[in-house]
Amino acid sequence: MTELSMKKRLEIPRQEMPTQDPDARCANFGEVALGYTYELALREAQRCLQCPDPACVKGCPVGVKIPEFIAALCEGDLPRAVAEMKERNAMPAICGRVCPQETQCEVLCVLGKRGAPVAIGRLERYVGDYELQERVCPTPVREAPTGQRIAIVGSGPAGLTCAAELAVQGHEVTIFEALHSSGGVLGYGIPEFRLPKQVVQDEIDCVVQGLDIQVRLNTLIGRTFTVEELLEDEGYAAIFVGSGAGLPNMVRIPGINLNGVLSANEFLTRVNLKKGYRFPEYDTPVKVGKKVAVIGAGNVAMDAARSALRLGTMRALENGGTPPEVHIVYRRSIEEVPARLEEFEHAREEGIHFNFLVNPVRIHGNERREVSGMRVQRMALGEPDASGRRRPLPIPGAEYDMDVDMVIMALGTRPNPIVFRHAAGLERTEWGTVVADEETGKTTVCPIWAGGDVVTGAATVISAMGAGQRAAASIDAYLRTGEW
Amino acid sequence: MYEIVYKETLSEHSKLMVVEAPDVARKADPGQFVIVRIDEQGERIPLTIADYDRDAGTVTLVFQEVGKSTMHMGTLTPGEGFRDLVGPLGHPTEIGERGTVVCVGGGVAIAAIYPIARGFKQAGNEVLSIIGARSRELLFWIERMKAISDELIVVTDDGSYGRQALVTDPLRELLELRADEIAEVHAVGPAPMMKACAQTAQPFGVPVIVSLNTVMVDGTGMCGGCRVEVGGEVRFVCVDGPSFDGHLVDWDMLMARQAFYRDEEHHAVAHWEEECRLLAAEEDA
Ligand SMILES: Cc1cc2nc3c(=O)[nH]c(=O)nc-3n(C[C@H](O)[C@H](O)[C@H](O)COP(=O)(O)OP(=O)(O)OC[C@H]3O[C@@H](n4cnc5c(N)ncnc54)[C@H](O)[C@@H]3O)c2cc1C
Ligand SMILES: Cc1cc2nc3c(=O)[nH]c(=O)nc-3n(C[C@H](O)[C@H](O)[C@H](O)COP(=O)(O)OP(=O)(O)OC[C@H]3O[C@@H](n4cnc5c(N)ncnc54)[C@H](O)[C@@H]3O)c2cc1C
Ligand code: SF4
Ligand code: SF4
Ligand code: FES
Repeated sequence: MTELSMKKRLEIPRQEMPTQDPDARCANFGEVALGYTYELALREAQRCLQCPDPACVKGCPVGVKIPEFIAALCEGDLPRAVAEMKERNAMPAICGRVCPQETQCEVLCVLGKRGAPVAIGRLERYVGDYELQERVCPTPVREAPTGQRIAIVGSGPAGLTCAAELAVQGHEVTIFEALHSSGGVLGYGIPEFRLPKQVVQDEIDCVVQGLDIQVRLNTLIGRTFTVEELLEDEGYAAIFVGSGAGLPNMVRIPGINLNGVLSANEFLTRVNLKKGYRFPEYDTPVKVGKKVAVIGAGNVAMDAARSALRLGTMRALENGGTPPEVHIVYRRSIEEVPARLEEFEHAREEGIHFNFLVNPVRIHGNERREVSGMRVQRMALGEPDASGRRRPLPIPGAEYDMDVDMVIMALGTRPNPIVFRHAAGLERTEWGTVVADEETGKTTVCPIWAGGDVVTGAATVISAMGAGQRAAASIDAYLRTGEW
Repeated sequence: MYEIVYKETLSEHSKLMVVEAPDVARKADPGQFVIVRIDEQGERIPLTIADYDRDAGTVTLVFQEVGKSTMHMGTLTPGEGFRDLVGPLGHPTEIGERGTVVCVGGGVAIAAIYPIARGFKQAGNEVLSIIGARSRELLFWIERMKAISDELIVVTDDGSYGRQALVTDPLRELLELRADEIAEVHAVGPAPMMKACAQTAQPFGVPVIVSLNTVMVDGTGMCGGCRVEVGGEVRFVCVDGPSFDGHLVDWDMLMARQAFYRDEEHHAVAHWEEECRLLAAEEDA
């Protein structure tokens, strides 16, 4: 590839990524965004100005070497692009798909000041997918065995990353996972049409291959073993807690326990982890209403709404009914929508209805205790609150009924406290998150580290991976020096 | 795989299985449960730990074939096993020196009340047990229960064994006679039975501890699918329970929630029977 002039580079428009047609994709769980072709990736890569002091990198929680990997791509040296990428981010196929790039790396890209930023996430995905196809990256060489055993609680992105790093350093690592499969939210939360489970599986295999990491599924720490037992009886020298924030918040409004009111976790778990959309081939049933309201507007809400739309449409096609009507109900305005921009736009294209500045106050039920409607309150935005967003306030007397038969609650999650049974002295905040040092992941008890959603509350995949990396470095230092 | 090392048919639709699960056996206590999954396609099924052998590293499960998953489980034989088994889940029953306790088990839950009754006996209590079933064919573990009870009353709905009565009849009589001595009633069985036990004991002011069996997904507190209302509070059965004060449980809500997937369950059984029929036809051919 010949060297392009700055002018020529600036003339290239941001390359769109092909997607499945909105009408078609409503009736399947296939991936929505189809990824760049080689040509598209190359063109997009050529837009990058190779800034000597790249702003974009500062926005990435793990500091991916963005100009370096893009330069390699431009030169058509894909193996080098993979190597540059993997130096900081072991799961590019996953992060390229789910990172909220528009608020992390891309928001800081200099091109964004005058036009559209480089599509860093899409390029990252391209590189990640190339590696999953070609497997050009050599398996990391493990350092000499140290004889030290480390227990990792949870197989989400935080736990997996921490485990892989420690294994490379020569330690003996065991991951304990409560569920019957690994991956955490990547497996049971984020749906197939956004993050294919095959990609998750392949990328996890890629990360742990050759590292001899033992994964013990179906092991609930706090019950099967306690943290104390892992240290005292099972001979682990250190523990990393990456148990996530999986406990759903259920608002206390009348009717919350009616049949047809589900947490997004329950709905998505039935759909993803247990493949309910393939019932009865898979045994776990999942119901979808004709008119579904999803409360909240984060990634989780979008995922629940779009999964409901797909399931309902697939069943309607099969049985000759009409596709469901799916509503997002959000108490703030469109400006505050916390979901990734791409997901919000995809949801709109698919025909999800958005109801802004409304808040549920009561769910109505019929004689069989099933959802038969929902009373909502209109809201107006007041002064900014602690989070800097304008606080929604009820407009007195402005209430009305929505005609719905299913309500999915997607109002955030907290850490599950089970893991903390018999973990004396481990300090937690009033929100139930673990108190841990941001740089090292050290908790208030030696030798226990923590990172990911269990420390920050619900955040992002890449920030959980970053926390896992930093904790691994701190654990390694502790094991080698004995200094806490 | 969690291997089945022993299988026994207890009654027409109830099977017992001893399963290898050393980590679970080591920690199991009366009142706790496990969640099993037969294979990759399987549903996660909660089952009470009916017994455990810490040395042998096994747990005993007793189940009634009521739907697709439990019917499929019933066809498994020793040497085969479960792909997944997690536990022990839930809080153990609080066992201590109470004096006199009544333990009531209905139907397949005779297996669930057994470790609780045995625990109270071992803790030095006087244990009065009542077990019941629709008819004689559905009863099991009479000798086992007798061995750990100071008194055992057996009832059947149709009178085909023991006394013709519902478990609440002898319960009421015991309470009428000895309400001031009976410290607690523990009742496990179908929801209507547990509700009736709670109502029976209410006028006597005796606490009734019940073990709730809601529909569950993960069993670790993650989904809220198992939620019930107890004393006006929302509780998750898998992590806050499964034992609760029977006088405070919102029974009507519990029963409504149990019935939510009934249509799908019928559909799953039909699908399973069709598969079995096809398989049999293939084998014949
Ligand atoms: C529906 C949904 C959509 C999302 N979309 C995005 C997105 O688009 N982009 C993005 O960046 N982020 C997204 N997130 C957030 C992101 O997935 C999380 O921030 C990230 O997965 C946190 O990683 P973690 O390793 O800390 O925890 P988790 O991924 O939650 O993993 C924790 C693991 O620990 C296990 N565990 C818990 N307790 C125990 C115990 N006691 N013993 C043993 N194991 C235990 C759990 O079963 C789980 O497997 C989404 C989250 C959800 C729920
Ligand atoms: C904590 C706990 C402990 C349990 N212990 C035992 C036990 O020791 N032995 C045993 O036989 N059963 C036990 N159960 C019930 C058992 O889990 C269900 O019978 C089983 O899930 C039914 O699965 P299925 O696919 O065969 O039937 P399905 O087709 O799913 O259901 C058939 C029938 O069973 C009811 N049902 C479905 N799921 C449950 C459930 N989780 N609990 C109660 N009823 C349900 C349905 O309403 C329906 O009427 C327990 C349940 C819980 C929550
Ligand atoms: S990991 Fe996420 S934030 Fe970092 S460069 Fe990649 S897409 Fe951007
Ligand atoms: S800021 Fe934008 S243009 Fe500059 S190196 Fe990063 S991606 Fe390239
Ligand atoms: S079964 Fe999911 S929270 Fe209890």
